Amino acid sequence: MAKPMIVRVSGPLVVAKNCLGAKMYDVVKVGKAGLTGEIIELKEDLAFIQVYEETAGIGPGEPIVLTHMPLSVELGPGLLGKIFDGTQRPLETIYTDKGNFIMRGIDLPSLEREKRWEFKPVKEEGAIVEEGDLLGEVQETELVSHKILVPPGVSGKVTKINQGEFRIEDIICVIEKDGKKHELKLFQTWPVRKSRPFKRRVMPTEILSTGQRVIDAFFPVAKGGTACVPGPFGSGKTVVQHQLAKWSDAQIIVYVACGERGNETADLLLSFPELKDPHSGRPLMERTVIIANTSNMPVAAREASIYTGITIAEYFRDQGYSVALMADSTSRWAEALREISGRMEEMPGEEGYPAYLPARLAEFYERAGQIECLGSQARRGALSVIGAVSPPGGDLSDPVVQATLKVVKVFWGLDDRLANARHFPAINWLISYSLYHEPLEDFKREKIAETFEELRSQGMRLLEEEEELKEIARLVGMEALNDEEKLKLEVARSIREDFLHQNAFHPEDTFTSLKQQHLMLELILDFYQSSLDALRKEKELNKILKLPVRLEISRAKFIPEDQLDKFTQIKERIAQEIDNV
Amino acid sequence: MFREYQTLTQVQGPLLMVREIEGVKFAELAEIILPDGSKRFGKVLDVSDKLAVVQVFEGTRGLDVDKSKVRFLGKTETVGVSKDMLGRIFNGRGIVRDELPAPAVHKVMDINGLPINPVARDYPQEFIQTGISSIDGMNPLVRGQKLPIFSGSGLPHNRIAAQIARQARVLGKKEEFAVVFGAMGVTFEEANFFIDDFRKTGALERAVLFVNLANEPVIERISTPRFALTTAEYLAFELQMHVLVILIDMTFYCEALREISSARKEVPGRRGYPGYMYTDLATIYERAGRIKGKKGSITKFPILTMPDDDKTHPIPDLTGYITEGQIILSRSLHKKGIYPPIDVLPSLSRLKDKGIGQDKTREDHADLLNQLFACYARGQEVRELALILGEDALTDIDKIYLKFADRYEEEYVKQGEFEERSITETLDIGWKLLKDFPEEELRRIRPQILEKYYK
Repeated sequence: MAKPMIVRVSGPLVVAKNCLGAKMYDVVKVGKAGLTGEIIELKEDLAFIQVYEETAGIGPGEPIVLTHMPLSVELGPGLLGKIFDGTQRPLETIYTDKGNFIMRGIDLPSLEREKRWEFKPVKEEGAIVEEGDLLGEVQETELVSHKILVPPGVSGKVTKINQGEFRIEDIICVIEKDGKKHELKLFQTWPVRKSRPFKRRVMPTEILSTGQRVIDAFFPVAKGGTACVPGPFGSGKTVVQHQLAKWSDAQIIVYVACGERGNETADLLLSFPELKDPHSGRPLMERTVIIANTSNMPVAAREASIYTGITIAEYFRDQGYSVALMADSTSRWAEALREISGRMEEMPGEEGYPAYLPARLAEFYERAGQIECLGSQARRGALSVIGAVSPPGGDLSDPVVQATLKVVKVFWGLDDRLANARHFPAINWLISYSLYHEPLEDFKREKIAETFEELRSQGMRLLEEEEELKEIARLVGMEALNDEEKLKLEVARSIREDFLHQNAFHPEDTFTSLKQQHLMLELILDFYQSSLDALRKEKELNKILKLPVRLEISRAKFIPEDQLDKFTQIKERIAQEIDNV
Repeated sequence: MFREYQTLTQVQGPLLMVREIEGVKFAELAEIILPDGSKRFGKVLDVSDKLAVVQVFEGTRGLDVDKSKVRFLGKTETVGVSKDMLGRIFNGRGIVRDELPAPAVHKVMDINGLPINPVARDYPQEFIQTGISSIDGMNPLVRGQKLPIFSGSGLPHNRIAAQIARQARVLGKKEEFAVVFGAMGVTFEEANFFIDDFRKTGALERAVLFVNLANEPVIERISTPRFALTTAEYLAFELQMHVLVILIDMTFYCEALREISSARKEVPGRRGYPGYMYTDLATIYERAGRIKGKKGSITKFPILTMPDDDKTHPIPDLTGYITEGQIILSRSLHKKGIYPPIDVLPSLSRLKDKGIGQDKTREDHADLLNQLFACYARGQEVRELALILGEDALTDIDKIYLKFADRYEEEYVKQGEFEERSITETLDIGWKLLKDFPEEELRRIRPQILEKYYK
């Protein structure tokens, strides 16, 4: 049979003939340079291949090697604290081995081969195990114990299990069933486009605390939930994503920088090892995996990057961890899809995007969720997915935004006008929503405060009324408003400036615990209620608004976490000062 | 071993098609020999076993399908670089245009470059003082940043770019620097303005210029910024210089991209620009920054004119998604006679946070700029309100905001084209303007900073 051979090269798309026997999404090696590619269409003996590297200098007649393997990632110890490109090539190793620039045709194993890991088995020889059962643990970083599980599809009797220090390719365990032996290593591989199996999905019940007041208090996302952050450029999508990666109380963070800026990725890489996790005090990098395919890196690898990321996230979820994945930005991923689709001369849908875009997006977000893991012992894992969307001109009718909104449960709409006034996070409270308020009600009542939910709806109502009152003031002037309405405006402004506005670069302001968020909101609304009562007792609004305690309310965000008793003092002062008006 | 073909089948717009070819590679360079013996250059855009599509840089006028010949050169587009390029002027494809002999070649580099490994990047954090308050104070620039100027036709973006090139420096340091200038589709007068300014200030000796004028081949513009950036990478990362790259005008670059795309009958994206324009622009803009262990850096100022001053047009839109902020010029400020007419509110510098503060500029910088932004934004709102209701209807505090907005534009933004304000001067003007507000209005400033600078 004739050998597979290139017949056409057009940017990242290569067409090869004599490819009978190749399967969809198989990985192939392209040309003499051995570039990695993936089959995305088959037509008789022709294979259409998207190539993950620059194709300049490749031409018809060059050979193709079929690997008959789908695009897969390596899962095992050595993932945490590392940075990979869109097809899980280790960027740090590439840097030390090959220098500052990424050359073509680099073929390095994703996980370090030589490093030895201390493996502590929890099962003994003779034990009967099923898929997903815990075999043992590797303390990968001080923060995370990496659980070694029986891979999906394997079960039987443990005939051998080793203890000690191993490289990831060493055999640590043998499982036998019906005379068939499975030799297990510390790592396994998994095809990225296939979601990893679990027992069943369960409804999310816990809040993913992010330390960001506007998010946690007004538009929370649940552990195992999905959220999206659309906004025009400069409205702070990336800062929101970075903040979530830094401060959310997930145990594992997978950050996918998909077609974004190199310098921002460098910022992540340089700042994460230095930042401390507020919950454990350890460097954040110990619980983080970064997938970086910056905008100037090959476009097809960008398409693969979010799948690589979510497969790694699922792997940690299966160990029973709460995992959060940030994808910045899904629009760049969609554009990669569009570019490849255009090269294949497919019939375009909306805005030139392929017709299967919404299906692909839904498929991706549905890989999130809270689940019961495989295995004989009950174990729950959660995977939350937060995707940034970058619609052209900030226009929310963009197909990627619309397709995303159909599947995600939380929408944080970023607003140009707020960003211009440097009100960050520039989440517009009037258009954003979260569908998790109800499922999280019990959690809020039990874990935060009895009144948390009530304060939220009261605060939200004030913000909505503010908009209406402002409209009236704009038409007929402030004089048309009565004192109660003027007070509402002032309090709404206080909610905006003292509560919703949060400076990501300020050491104390960057993170606020759920407890403190509750206290802050309570303070503002307490002032509102007391002032309202005072107004009804004919006290003067101007004097109330000039009370010195207002300055203290506005500075409550700077109160350190260990001095929360100060809130009681301020509360007393509100009552006192208003009394004395 | 050159392979020469006389098998042209089609010439269309900037493209020609050659059949019955062998061994042609994607992105390979080609030489086209016209019936009269003159030569042109082209590049392979698509190649199959039967047909190659070649984009001709100098245009296809005078080509025929019968006698013209195509010779494939077996290499991709390269540029020979050396230190001798400093002080020289080249055309859009790297050929000397200043009537002097071509400079010596020290190294031959592929103009497409390679992506910098994100791990190799060093985060830019050295503050660059441009001497312009609305940049230094509000949207500070750091070394290794790419910060475009979004302008409109008739606005003084060239004067601002020249002023930045003239004044930009890192505080307390004297280091080797160079300017690389890439001009795509600009008029002779515009190009000449820069050349003259560089000459007058002596910067020309430290500059390399690549100039493609408005009446020169459109397709050449695709290569021009790549020539400029490859040279800049050589100067920065091999000769350890700090390089400032000015690219003007990215709008014409994108139009050239669109022309090729439509000639290839590709499915168009928004407003007829190709769907891959984001990726294409990224391969230009991302070639900036710092590399660990290297002294040099590339700081980039692309200039683009927004069609109809529309920020949501695909060119500024996609640019804004790649670059680390933007400086937007305002027509209304320009009409008020304010130079530089920088619209500070929608302007943004994403990398400022690590470049300012104690030991870099001054401890109060971050708080102060946040407060100025908030006050000016409110001032603008009040100004709109005053237009509808009249100034008398404003509350006392709103009147302070209104006055602040006016003074801010007149005293802070406005300055001379040759006025170089130090960062301390800029910060002090800011505090002077904030003095009109009562303390409780200044909520973005930490109490201890307020204590020290406000009182």
